[in-house]
Amino acid sequence: MDGWSRFVDVFFKPELIERYSPAILKGVVVTVEVAAAVVVTGLALGLVLAILRSFRVLPLSALIVVFADMFRALPPLVLVLLTFFGLPNVGINLPSFVVLWLVLALVLAAFAEEIFWAGILSIPKGQWEAARSTGLGFLATLTYVVLPQALRLTVPPITNRTVAITKNTALGTVIGVGEILNQATAATSFAGNATPLMMGAIAYVILFIPVVALGRFLETRFAWRRA
Amino acid sequence: MTSAQPPILDIRGLRKSFRHVEVLRGIDLAVEPQELVFIIGPSGSGKSTLLRCCNRLEEPTAGSIRVGGVDIMARSTDINALRRQIGMVFQSFNLYPHMTALGNVMLALSRVLGKPRIEAERLALAALDRVGLSDKARSYPAELSGGQQQRVAIARALALEPKVMLFDEPTSALDPELRGSVLNVMRELKRGGMTMLVVSHEMRFARDAADRVIFMDHGAIVEAGTPERIFSAPGEPRTRAFVAELAG
Repeated sequence: MDGWSRFVDVFFKPELIERYSPAILKGVVVTVEVAAAVVVTGLALGLVLAILRSFRVLPLSALIVVFADMFRALPPLVLVLLTFFGLPNVGINLPSFVVLWLVLALVLAAFAEEIFWAGILSIPKGQWEAARSTGLGFLATLTYVVLPQALRLTVPPITNRTVAITKNTALGTVIGVGEILNQATAATSFAGNATPLMMGAIAYVILFIPVVALGRFLETRFAWRRA
Repeated sequence: MTSAQPPILDIRGLRKSFRHVEVLRGIDLAVEPQELVFIIGPSGSGKSTLLRCCNRLEEPTAGSIRVGGVDIMARSTDINALRRQIGMVFQSFNLYPHMTALGNVMLALSRVLGKPRIEAERLALAALDRVGLSDKARSYPAELSGGQQQRVAIARALALEPKVMLFDEPTSALDPELRGSVLNVMRELKRGGMTMLVVSHEMRFARDAADRVIFMDHGAIVEAGTPERIFSAPGEPRTRAFVAELAG
């Protein structure tokens, strides 16, 4: 067997591709489900926290900062294991899918809160003053004047962070969520061959390249001429 | 200016401190309806702070301010409702960069006065027309010159039909050749009977448009009088020195 066919045999064995495609596809569906849930809830929570922080109520802001720093500092894998194996000891049994979603959403929320908050802070004070001087209230100023500008500035860092966090859905494998990596590693141990893992890798690329491209599109779409 | 009407803006014993620095040390000033009061003074004399206290962008430390007879400091006063009666124009324009000129003027009309879209647009266009920019309604601030931006900012305040307008160095950020258009708009406002309180160093404008000139220094009013008197025959040495410097 020459080198090339050995390579094909280890990573792209046709009969294994055929046998394990359904499993990998099942994994893709789960990964997409977790990722979508994480992105929607994580970004929403992050935005809500950043808005709450803009009220500058000291105890509330302090709580948000503690939350954001904790969830940014801890490795997501530690949080996943801690939640999955720790919570049952206090009588809370969450399905592994829920644990993965919850942890990743909170981590994304922590990062998103910091990014959105930085965006809000970067809007000049004069914008607030101009809006408030016409009689707009705090929330109306935030909604119509500050956030539309702040959110545009945050598109690139938010996209990067979102991609980074959603890739962490692969951590579901350690607690038995049937996502891509879990399906691929299981199949690899059955088959004694790396082909299913390669299929998983390809699935990730197919899944995330469009997300990255969408991020790039949004960056150019929302970059607008500043005064 | 003699008038039976009460002053539109009535400032009494106004003090403002930032931490331990007293920026305003007891200001008394009444602005009558249709009057244009001009405030001059060295930087750091408290002119801008005085203006910003009038709509509570800065919280006064002591004293009282009444706008149209309403105490702006009173607990019962709805500050947002009061602010729309007090137009403010800033040195740096502060237009919303993500909105067109029309959008800038319409925002408060729709979101504060609750005007329906069609009506808000009509009023906004009328306000832009008053500053000579109805043809720029669809332009974004970045597409306008500094002078045009400032006129849009004036339209934004004007559209709410304020009782009094505050101008905080409206031409200081502009190149000399762009100042004229802004000053002309202000002259028109004065002719239309708008009550105005203006912080500026535009001496020529003050001479032909102001009813009264006030010289401030170190947080207090040093001298007040007609433009002719303040500029030609100031009574106080500090005023004299400052006016001489202004005249170059």
